[in-house]
Amino acid sequence: MQVQQQARTADTIDLMINMGPQHPSTHGVFRVVIWVDGERIVKAEPHIGYLHRGSEKLCEGELYSQVITLFDRLDYVANLNCELAFCLAVEKLMALEVPDRASYIRVILCELNRIASHMLFYGVYGLDVGAMTPILYGFRERERIQGLFESVTGARMMHNFIRVGGVKEDLRDDFEPRMAVLLEELKQGIEECDDLLSQNEMFLARTKGIGTIGPTEAIDFGVTGPSLRASGVLEDVRISEPYSIYERFDFGVPVGTYGDCWDRYYVRVEEMRQSLKIIEQAMAQMEPGPVAANVRRIARPPKGEVYVRTESPRGDFGVFLVSDGSDKPYRLKVRAPSFANLQALQYLLRDAYVADAVVILGSIDIILGEVDR
Amino acid sequence: MTVVQGIYYALGALALFVFLSFMVLVLTWVERKALARIQMRMGPMRVGFHGTLQPLADAMKLVLKEDILPSWADRRVYWLAPLAVFIPSLLLWAVIPVGRDLVLANLELGLFYIVAISVLTVMGLLMAGWGSANKYAMLGGLRAAGQLVSYEIPFIMAILAVAMLVQSLNLETIVDGQRNFAYILVQPLGLFIFLTAGLAELGRTPFDIHHAESELVGGPFIEYSGAHWAVFFLAEYINTFTIGALTVLLFLGGWRWPAMPFDGFAHSTLSVIWFLAKTYAVILFIFWIRGTYPRLRIDQLMAFGWKLLVPLSFVNIVITGIVLFYGWPLWTLTLISLVLLGATFYAISRHQGTRLERMTVTVHSFRGTRSEPPVVQPQPEAALED
Amino acid sequence: MEQPPRPPRQRREPEVPEAPVALDERGTALSALIRDVLKEFEVEVGAAVDEVVVTVKPEDVSAICRIAKDDPSLDFKYLRCLSVVDYIETLEVNYHLFSLDKRHKAVLKASVPTEEPHVPSVISVWRGADWFEREGHDLFGVVFDGHPNLTPLLLYEGFEGFPGRKSFPFHEYDEW
Repeated sequence: MQVQQQARTADTIDLMINMGPQHPSTHGVFRVVIWVDGERIVKAEPHIGYLHRGSEKLCEGELYSQVITLFDRLDYVANLNCELAFCLAVEKLMALEVPDRASYIRVILCELNRIASHMLFYGVYGLDVGAMTPILYGFRERERIQGLFESVTGARMMHNFIRVGGVKEDLRDDFEPRMAVLLEELKQGIEECDDLLSQNEMFLARTKGIGTIGPTEAIDFGVTGPSLRASGVLEDVRISEPYSIYERFDFGVPVGTYGDCWDRYYVRVEEMRQSLKIIEQAMAQMEPGPVAANVRRIARPPKGEVYVRTESPRGDFGVFLVSDGSDKPYRLKVRAPSFANLQALQYLLRDAYVADAVVILGSIDIILGEVDR
Repeated sequence: MTVVQGIYYALGALALFVFLSFMVLVLTWVERKALARIQMRMGPMRVGFHGTLQPLADAMKLVLKEDILPSWADRRVYWLAPLAVFIPSLLLWAVIPVGRDLVLANLELGLFYIVAISVLTVMGLLMAGWGSANKYAMLGGLRAAGQLVSYEIPFIMAILAVAMLVQSLNLETIVDGQRNFAYILVQPLGLFIFLTAGLAELGRTPFDIHHAESELVGGPFIEYSGAHWAVFFLAEYINTFTIGALTVLLFLGGWRWPAMPFDGFAHSTLSVIWFLAKTYAVILFIFWIRGTYPRLRIDQLMAFGWKLLVPLSFVNIVITGIVLFYGWPLWTLTLISLVLLGATFYAISRHQGTRLERMTVTVHSFRGTRSEPPVVQPQPEAALED
Repeated sequence: MEQPPRPPRQRREPEVPEAPVALDERGTALSALIRDVLKEFEVEVGAAVDEVVVTVKPEDVSAICRIAKDDPSLDFKYLRCLSVVDYIETLEVNYHLFSLDKRHKAVLKASVPTEEPHVPSVISVWRGADWFEREGHDLFGVVFDGHPNLTPLLLYEGFEGFPGRKSFPFHEYDEW
């Protein structure tokens, strides 16, 4: 009896820690409840929905041309990629031919946006691991890209530039020289960032072998994009289902081995280099011409439904568009890559340390605007 | 103790407090500027010339800010914790000479006193973690306890090796012992251990685990605001200054080395300047590390401390003892020390906390639509540890 | 607040053009394959733009999905998307499937009545279906039978109604 009582008093319970929705490392308003035994995570339970704006429902009440602005606000770090996905869906439904120059402009801007997005990831990931310098290096590059965006689209983030049938307007005359300078700067910047963090001994210690996910599990969870490629699956929508004009470019797809945090991180760093390659080729191939197809101002796609996948910086960004032939979408479903990637968090956090929780969450690079829609 | 002595000590303590507060103000400015330089920014520029008055503005803001008491807090513990952290850090300076003869109490057991007092900080951090009634704070407090206690050992051992060389625990005697050469030349391994353990004691990057911003959001200090937070802040920077000063006194020759030709008043003045310059150099080095490195994880920190630093600090003492006992020339100690240091660095670079290879990302190039199906690479399982 | 519910929006008369079907050879091969593999089920294989559309009965969904994933010739290892579309009288659950190895794609459709929308859960087939199903339950009220944790995902606990549906009274909706 005595012994039993003592044993009971020595019982321990797991400490529940509520991370978020206000927490500096949850990348927005994301909440994960973790139960820890000492420093080890026993159980984790993600909660989302704090940023739910009902974008999909809102889209049903807007004209096709107005929906684009809502798509800007889904993945607010890679806005142009979202716009592109929606426009491609409408164009596919209408069987529209997009002028070549418009496609090139789209590809250039989207790839630039991919670099900008990965640069943000790079910086924030540095912070997650505890290094405070990378974010400033990352933001320097991102700022340069946004400066160029501002001159092209007139906005730094919410561009509303890619339209159904093409783009809003042609590039400015000073685009090419500015682009040449930017490319040089970015090339140097990416190498600098790579040098600063990637092979740092402590960074390796913090990220190697942490939060591993195998290829079969990753596919099962619907993980896509860099996170999937880090697990050793060679899958990129730009290659497996080329959209727009991606089949015209030579580029590499980085593939990781273990699916750990470092692989996910470095796949993104490498992707920035490949994006630069695509931009260079696109700049060389681009020819003058019209930048918008002849579309009615109020587009009325035929009745039907279409599903379009694009490779956004975070993964497979899908748009499921159901049209009833009117000027507004009947139903629009956004398959957000972060939404699916985040599902794997519970699996990734098994047996991790508390400090790893932040590193793992950072490595799948979520954007809550897209998760909650 | 006579009244005169009492007044002398009170005035001295006051002067010390003012001096240290001033140093902290300078340090915060230096840190922000140094980090800004590393990170390609300007740092504070608005208040005063190049932001020189920024620390004052910050201090004013902190003092005027509302002090928030969490409703679940253990009130007494919560309010006492800042003092429990601050007082030891101030007490340390009673025996640390800032220049020749510029010391409040020149204890013969100065180093022993330092070692004894510096451990007290742990209690304050634990109190803060407990008193805040916050899980993050609690976790941070526990982490702090584990970290500080385990790094105390290599810290003490590194100090001990120096004391063995001089055969004294008096800081002034130690500085005088470095008349001809600084102990960095004899004890490079000791300096490495001392600085690493010192960084861990301070809780600065890469060992800032107990107030890890990314997961614990400030650890024990999470609930504090205003003046009480400022006290923690003050203590932290005083401690940084202390570690810098101790490094200079123990390893870099204090105000003695490389040369101090003057005498009398010039000597005293110059010694202070010389000492401060060296201290700031060490502190800049600490800031540099902060600007470069990520943070370690708690288990890695513990493993590093217990598996590497503690044995190494014992080895350091043993080699010092052997060299002194057999009366070998001191350069043999330098040699052994350097070899061991090199071996340590080699071991660290070989064992990177993970056995996985460094580069695991390969690039597959394509042109256009690829015809072959994607290759699902099998995952090498043997290499995955933990 | 006591206003009569709005009459459901009339859908446009089918005078509008239909989107042309443009299946590539992979798609045509796949539709033949699906007919072959799923012959014991009551399925209807069609096409929409560039996708193979397989209309199935809701009670068969789980079994068909299991076959679609495990059958080596179909090999739908990757669930692209799971969405619900509200057609007033019925709710249509769409499973967008993709095979990473074979690189073919198909849509599985199951229509359920809006009054009693019950579909078997496919979470045992693809773990990634978890949150998609919770979202479908949250916004459209589709009950995915067999889902272990069908709690609100995007909406807060205690939210009443299904805001994804066309019948949700947005204009009369009063926030707190």
